Amino acid sequence: MKTFRIGGVHPHENKISAGQKIQNAPLPNQAIVLLAQHLGAPATPIVEKGTEVKVGQLIATASGFISANVHSPVSGKVAKIDTIVDGWGMKTPAVFIDVEGDEWMENIDRSSDIKPVCKLEPADIVKKIGEAGIVGLGGACFPTHVKLSPPPGKKAEVLIINAVECEPYLTCDHQLMMEHGEEIMIGIGIIMKAIGVNKTIVGIENNKPDAIAHMKALASKVMGVEVTPLKLKYPQGGEKQLIDACIGRQVPSGALPIEVGAVVQNVATVYAIYEAVQKNKPLIERVVTVTGKAVQTPGNFRVRFGTPLSTLLDMAGGIPENTGKIIAGGPMMGRAMSNINMPANKRISGLLMLPSEESIRQEPQNCIRCAKCIGACPMGLEPYLLAKQAELGLWDEMEQHHIMDCIECGCCLFTCPSRRPLLDYVRMGKNKVGGIIRARNMKK
Amino acid sequence: MNNLIVSPAPHAHSGDTVRRNMLNVIIALVPAYLVSLFYFGLGAFIVSATAIVACVVFEFLIQRFLLKQNNSIGDFSAILTGLLLGFNLPSNLPIWIVVIGALVAIGVGKMSFGGLGNNLFNPALVGRVFLLISFPAPMTTWPRPIAWNSSYLDAETAATPLSLIKENGAEALPAMWEMFIGNMGGSLGEVSAIALLIGGIFLICTRTITWHIPVSILTTVAAFTGILYACDVINVTPLFHLCAGGMMLGAIFMATDYVTSPMSASGQIIYGIGIGIITVVIRVFGAYPEGMSFAILIMNAVTPLLNTYLRPKRFGENKK
Repeated sequence: MKTFRIGGVHPHENKISAGQKIQNAPLPNQAIVLLAQHLGAPATPIVEKGTEVKVGQLIATASGFISANVHSPVSGKVAKIDTIVDGWGMKTPAVFIDVEGDEWMENIDRSSDIKPVCKLEPADIVKKIGEAGIVGLGGACFPTHVKLSPPPGKKAEVLIINAVECEPYLTCDHQLMMEHGEEIMIGIGIIMKAIGVNKTIVGIENNKPDAIAHMKALASKVMGVEVTPLKLKYPQGGEKQLIDACIGRQVPSGALPIEVGAVVQNVATVYAIYEAVQKNKPLIERVVTVTGKAVQTPGNFRVRFGTPLSTLLDMAGGIPENTGKIIAGGPMMGRAMSNINMPANKRISGLLMLPSEESIRQEPQNCIRCAKCIGACPMGLEPYLLAKQAELGLWDEMEQHHIMDCIECGCCLFTCPSRRPLLDYVRMGKNKVGGIIRARNMKK
Repeated sequence: MNNLIVSPAPHAHSGDTVRRNMLNVIIALVPAYLVSLFYFGLGAFIVSATAIVACVVFEFLIQRFLLKQNNSIGDFSAILTGLLLGFNLPSNLPIWIVVIGALVAIGVGKMSFGGLGNNLFNPALVGRVFLLISFPAPMTTWPRPIAWNSSYLDAETAATPLSLIKENGAEALPAMWEMFIGNMGGSLGEVSAIALLIGGIFLICTRTITWHIPVSILTTVAAFTGILYACDVINVTPLFHLCAGGMMLGAIFMATDYVTSPMSASGQIIYGIGIGIITVVIRVFGAYPEGMSFAILIMNAVTPLLNTYLRPKRFGENKK
């Protein structure tokens, strides 16, 4: 069975919420819609206090090349445009909408009919995806229309669908495939048309045999789509790792996937593209896994953006006693939140509640040079060395040792028997070295 | 809800600890230890127990009174150093010599560099080689292996197969099978190739060590002695060299010491090849009958150089 060639680890899967049907979360009384739900510049609001909005109405436009539109996920009246403190303690701008009813924009097709035929031209598809404010729902939230517009002179050869869901605990993509496989297949066809390729590989890890079987059955009816089961290994969902696993090509250091002819899209993004292109429905909701070992009813919930996270936590039975950490995302790359006053948004794919005994890191010991971090690093780096260099402030040496290749997957810290905070140091060094490189490029 | 813990990702850990790894190595040494108790009896127990206790006590005392730091006995690395030092000593060695060896191993070999993780040379081998040079006679007088043995200082002595071929003595070499199971003279833990191999397989299966170092040492020795045998330079088979002396103990347990071996797979293979070549050169052409300890220490010194020049293969390094 295929997998990526360098490094990787095997964390406990803990897919507790697997097989739980997607439930719709109730509408909030007030929706707080973040303007920075994507990588890049925050969107510019085009509504003001008192504006009446409908579900799916554009309320903020992309401000810059790498940015994305934001649409109203609810109907009602704009109460104010203000800042809120997000889950990591940072101020961020948001549109507050007092919810009245659930009135949708007229052009959105809300029926559950499946529309298989797309007659749009490639350029129009990409334009429509951009207008719908779609971003990569796998975690990075990179604007999708930018990713689907290859730089001049580069040609995509193959589309790779990331249905790996290698993060432990998370099951939202898995469940989405089980319930909306047909729509995803149509979405794949739309993307293939948009970027002009005739081959697609859907990569699914073999801990989801039902999804593999389901998607294989659907793919057999579509030309050029192939489902590839992948051997269970983290971080298979990393873009470069997935390309290596599926087509055996390694994206060179610092290059984009298009360099080896690949375009990668997350499976949830594909579903969003189907809805945007075929149903005129912009990105206003997503599926979020709410889970944890002590959580009463872990599940997968479809939630409108702007809904308070506490609503989701309540749907899963509330925050268990003894919860030490609440993580936005999975345990390997998710971010621990300092508060839960944040609303649901495009970035949050899961809420994981860890008991306090799993929340606290253990005291680090001396590095015993066991080389397990080297064996685990999927980028073939030397985490022990980079961490030491960061500790000593040897930025030039860090750059020579390819610190910028690090994908921050956390395998090094996960595997270290001495519990050294390897990734913390590497991340610090990466920020520093990244700044140095930018400053140097600016001077040129 | 104001007591949430915030820390950077990842929030999961494999559960691996330094102690777990050290314990795995200790477990892997059990089969060889049982063989040693069978053939060398009381002596094997006294020497190894003394080495372990002395190493732990010296580490504790040095950390408490000289370095004034919290003790790290709990990571089991001092126990392992003691056990490995014991394995490298004849089972009829007087207790006071064992204690000196432990002092050198822990004091000079390990703590003077700053404790676990910082030492350049394998501490147990530093102790052993110090004793070999300081007390050549007791260090090269090995007791004869006797089943269900119970003697210690008054044990009947025997030469090791390696010193037999070096001196071209009249005494006959033990049969290959006897050497394989451990019925031969030698340091208390090194005699049984089969028991050490079982331990090595355990270590590789539990991912405590990777295959690179043991396999590269053993293949190099087999290949090099094979060539010498074919050219009539030596008159014993490569298999003899693989089972004789400290070959298995060194290749599987001493050379694979985390701290003093290279980090990258390519570095580990070169390191193993170096140890193999130096060992055979000392055994065949040198003054000493056995060269495993020296070879490992020499390659320990080369390890920082190998770490600098032999890096792991990076993702996307060679475009495919």
